[in-house]
Amino acid sequence: MIHTGILRYAKARFLWWAVGLTAFSVLLYSTQGGLQPANGGTWQGYVLGTIGALLIVWLSMLGIRKRSYSSNAGSVPGWTSAHVYLGTALLAVATLHSAGQLGWNVHSLSYVLMFVVIISGFYGIYTYVNYPQAITENRSGSSRAALFAELFELDRRGRELAAKGPDDINIVVRSAIERTAIGGGVYAQLLGTDRSLFVRPSGSGDSAAGKPVSNRDQQPVIDLIAGRLPRTSKVAETELLEELLEIFCRRQAVLRRIARDIRLRGRIRFWLLLHIPLTVALIFALIVHIVTTFIYW
Amino acid sequence: MPMDSYRIAIIGAGPAGMSAAARAARLDAETGAASPTHILLEGFSLPAKTIQRYQKGKHVMAEPGFLDLRSDIEFEAGSREHILDKWQSGLQANGVNIRFGAEVTRISGSKGNFVVELSSGESLGAEFVVLSIGLEGNPRKLGVEGQDLPNVQYQLDDPKEYDSERIIVVGAGDAAIENALALAEQNEVWILNRRDEFSRAKEGNLNAILAAISDPNQKLHCYYSTSVKSVVPGAQGSTAMVATLDTPEGEVALECERIIARLGAIPPRRFVESCGIEFPNEKRDAKPELSRYYESNVPGLYVIGSLAGYPLIKQAMNQGYDVVEFIGGNFIQPADHPLLEYQFNGLPYEREVDDLIERFQSLIPMFRELNSLAFRELVIESNVIVSFPDGPEYAEANKKAESLAARLSQMAKPPRMTRVIREGDVIYEPGEFGTSFYTIVDGEVTLERESDGVTHTTTLSRGEFFGEMSLLSGRPRLERAIAGASCIVVESPRRTMVKLMNSNDTVREGIEWIFVVRELQNQFAPNASVADLRDISGRVQIHNYKAGETIFTEGERGDSLHVIRSGGVALSRNIDGEDILVAQVRGGKRIGEMALMGDPTRRETARASVAVETIEVSRAEFIELVRDDRDQIRKLQDAVSQQVTDNARMAVRPESGSVMDFLMDEGLGEATNVLIINEALCVGCDNCEKACAETHGGISRLDRDAGPTYANVHIPTSCRHCEQPHCMKDCPPNAIRRAETGEVYINADCIGCGNCEQNCPYDVIQMKYDAPPKPGLLRWLLFGAGNGPGEDQGASPTEAAAKKGKKATKCDACVDQKAGPACVNACPTGAAMRIGPSQYIDLVEERRR
Repeated sequence: MIHTGILRYAKARFLWWAVGLTAFSVLLYSTQGGLQPANGGTWQGYVLGTIGALLIVWLSMLGIRKRSYSSNAGSVPGWTSAHVYLGTALLAVATLHSAGQLGWNVHSLSYVLMFVVIISGFYGIYTYVNYPQAITENRSGSSRAALFAELFELDRRGRELAAKGPDDINIVVRSAIERTAIGGGVYAQLLGTDRSLFVRPSGSGDSAAGKPVSNRDQQPVIDLIAGRLPRTSKVAETELLEELLEIFCRRQAVLRRIARDIRLRGRIRFWLLLHIPLTVALIFALIVHIVTTFIYW
Repeated sequence: MPMDSYRIAIIGAGPAGMSAAARAARLDAETGAASPTHILLEGFSLPAKTIQRYQKGKHVMAEPGFLDLRSDIEFEAGSREHILDKWQSGLQANGVNIRFGAEVTRISGSKGNFVVELSSGESLGAEFVVLSIGLEGNPRKLGVEGQDLPNVQYQLDDPKEYDSERIIVVGAGDAAIENALALAEQNEVWILNRRDEFSRAKEGNLNAILAAISDPNQKLHCYYSTSVKSVVPGAQGSTAMVATLDTPEGEVALECERIIARLGAIPPRRFVESCGIEFPNEKRDAKPELSRYYESNVPGLYVIGSLAGYPLIKQAMNQGYDVVEFIGGNFIQPADHPLLEYQFNGLPYEREVDDLIERFQSLIPMFRELNSLAFRELVIESNVIVSFPDGPEYAEANKKAESLAARLSQMAKPPRMTRVIREGDVIYEPGEFGTSFYTIVDGEVTLERESDGVTHTTTLSRGEFFGEMSLLSGRPRLERAIAGASCIVVESPRRTMVKLMNSNDTVREGIEWIFVVRELQNQFAPNASVADLRDISGRVQIHNYKAGETIFTEGERGDSLHVIRSGGVALSRNIDGEDILVAQVRGGKRIGEMALMGDPTRRETARASVAVETIEVSRAEFIELVRDDRDQIRKLQDAVSQQVTDNARMAVRPESGSVMDFLMDEGLGEATNVLIINEALCVGCDNCEKACAETHGGISRLDRDAGPTYANVHIPTSCRHCEQPHCMKDCPPNAIRRAETGEVYINADCIGCGNCEQNCPYDVIQMKYDAPPKPGLLRWLLFGAGNGPGEDQGASPTEAAAKKGKKATKCDACVDQKAGPACVNACPTGAAMRIGPSQYIDLVEERRR
């Protein structure tokens, strides 16, 4: 492929910018000492603080640049690449600015917020690097819509077959299809929990008979059908159960793919739900930090 | 028995004859003649036989739109009945002396003393004779086995006669289209077009047939590039016949009850020649040579209307009026005169339009092939470019042009006028996409072609032409064309040229010949002159291959190479019993050179991926071409080395070949600029779609998620800017254009007909209402107003947008965006890229270590 990802953008030019910035900050920090210990209040501290604040403003401008579609100001991949590397360098700049003086105050709040934002960004990079490929492989050339289309077709065939079979099997199959859970809340999407249910036939002797029970990963219903198979004497019913078993195994495979697709696509997006609101909080905390610094000089 | 005698005898009461007779009658009335000095002779029992035979209710057009009618009889677009009524009353109101059932068998004598003999045995005397008998001689037949079977017919009187039949209509002209449309109302109809587009048809018919073909509710089907191979009667007792069709996909047998062939007519040439009128050549579509006053080589004998080569009603009627004026010694200007005046306004001649037309035609061999009206039409539809040396001359010409432009801009649809440029100005640059064709009328034009840092210069002069390569192959220009001193160039649009080439073999052959010569020059002998190549160009062979046909096969012996003129060729090798694609070669490149460079065994199988035209050059011609040019041989050898390396590299990495196969299967062989998404980088944020919508009036022309994926290569639904765009084929207002940089875009002239949407095989054109306005970015970002960036799928059109109707929308490759394609620019992860065919090999090859 001739495409270049953001980490390699322009031969990782911004990585070297970030290295340079970090080196400069360390150098500046090391010139402190003497009468005043290393601190945010020395002139070096002020320089580092100013660089940090400007960086934060610029980093958050990516949200605007990304949506300024007619803009000539560099390309979005370039901006993103710079965002990643310079954002990482911010960690050094801000840490050196603080000189390790953390406490239970509004100044440290800014620092902690910034830290969390950057860490969430790291996670974002991890997902951006690893998940697209995983999503594509999981779908193996087809689309999510195609997976759902296949699922609905399997459901239709399953219902049709089950209607021809004995009542208890019909109930099992219909309930398993109707109570199949896909996705769910944020938690379910990210962790891929499965709340699928099905109704066990009454007369199966166990206590859960007639009540919906967990059908996690569709395995219980597969077990049930498979268990029933060798215990059936009628040829027609055996054939029906065999076909149903095949359908449910295929359903399991399709559902796993759908669940994985939802999970991966959820994770590739979810970190932004932390990254962005925390950035907004950071900007407010930063304003308070700067204002209070000057008020209580 | 004393013979009735007239001043003017007009033979044939079609539009031209009627209009001529009406003018003569009007003049009779003005001079107060006691008895008519004219007579209109018609063999049929009614006037306008051809139009009488049109289907009932047929809509008759009044093309060409830019021409005014000049006649004593009314004519405007309308139903057949309406028009015939108007003509009937026009004949009466003007007091035309018409005689029906008077079939002329012979014209003899000379100017002032003609004798017109009728089939009844009667004779008439006339000082002047006007022949306006049209082309209704004998209809052209299929020319294949079974052409005279009872249900193979060459005319259709009433389409309502046939019901629930399967009917094949052969032909792509107006008659065929109209028959097919009318028959399809109660029959199943197949229309067979010998070519791949309906370029001969009038605009209205063109729209109707394309709409009907694409309408799934209509039982009308079309075969393009198809001809009838044979017709045989069906099985005993069946009323059906079986027609074997030669289609691009191979032979197809089609059962039908009826075949209606509308292939035009052969002029009643024998009769015309018996009158002493000469034809320029033996070609079946040749027209008699006429003076600009429509007088034939027999003085006093005039020819007008379709027989003279002017097939349109309005032109014919104008000629009828004019010819009678000319006979009377009143040499008035034809009706298209002002349009030509504007076109010639900037030329440095103090000459009349007619003189210039005549001069242009006498100077330029190719223009000489056209009759004067066809040539006038060509000029009216073309750009006339004139160059002046920079300085007072240019300034003066430019001033003159500006003042005319100011005057013309007052008109509703300003006509074309001369384009004034400076000497040394570039007419086009290499790499530009242009499809127009240039003819040098005067002065010189320099063509500069660079290859390997060496500039080859050719100077063309009067009568020569250029730009044929892009016209014929759709490839971008290879050379730079520079206006010389005081040159006059006619730039004709592709549409006009295609029409001309289809109707005039000599023009087509001339253009194709120069194409071959220049291709040979370009490929093998940049230093050779056209004269040097004249002989060789006659010895190379032109081949046409349908998609899937084999050009040569691996393992066979070869003694020639092929230059691909248009289309694309897939080269594959058989490795362990499996065909591995090793290269996709496009127009302008060569295949099979190794056969002439030491390895006579073909190492690959070459197959046409789309319809392909090649020039086959055999050993003898090849040696002759490169014999004296050591440099050129080295270059050819270098190119072959590169190609064999690429092929070998692909052959040892079958997975690359399979990706290339995928690209070709998806039609990228004809693409020039395609959006490719790397699935390993795409996070599915849809910022590309949003960027597209935001830079294009709120409507995205790209669907990221749709489209096929293979091995991380995803081809979203987005325009590929094809070499020969399918969408451009049939755009009635000519609103689909190609920018010089290759982007195919739709301008504001779109009428929303949907032809392009139907013609696009890649579904990248959508018919959409204008999107309603939205709140700005900050209002969304800060206050959540509107749905945010991107297309609002749920929006309903504003009243104004609904009234304007749906218009075609497609990717324009951000032709007017400074930063380039917005989709690519807005991708936060670098997953989106627009690439051209030269990058496919990089796309599929893993070059990174």
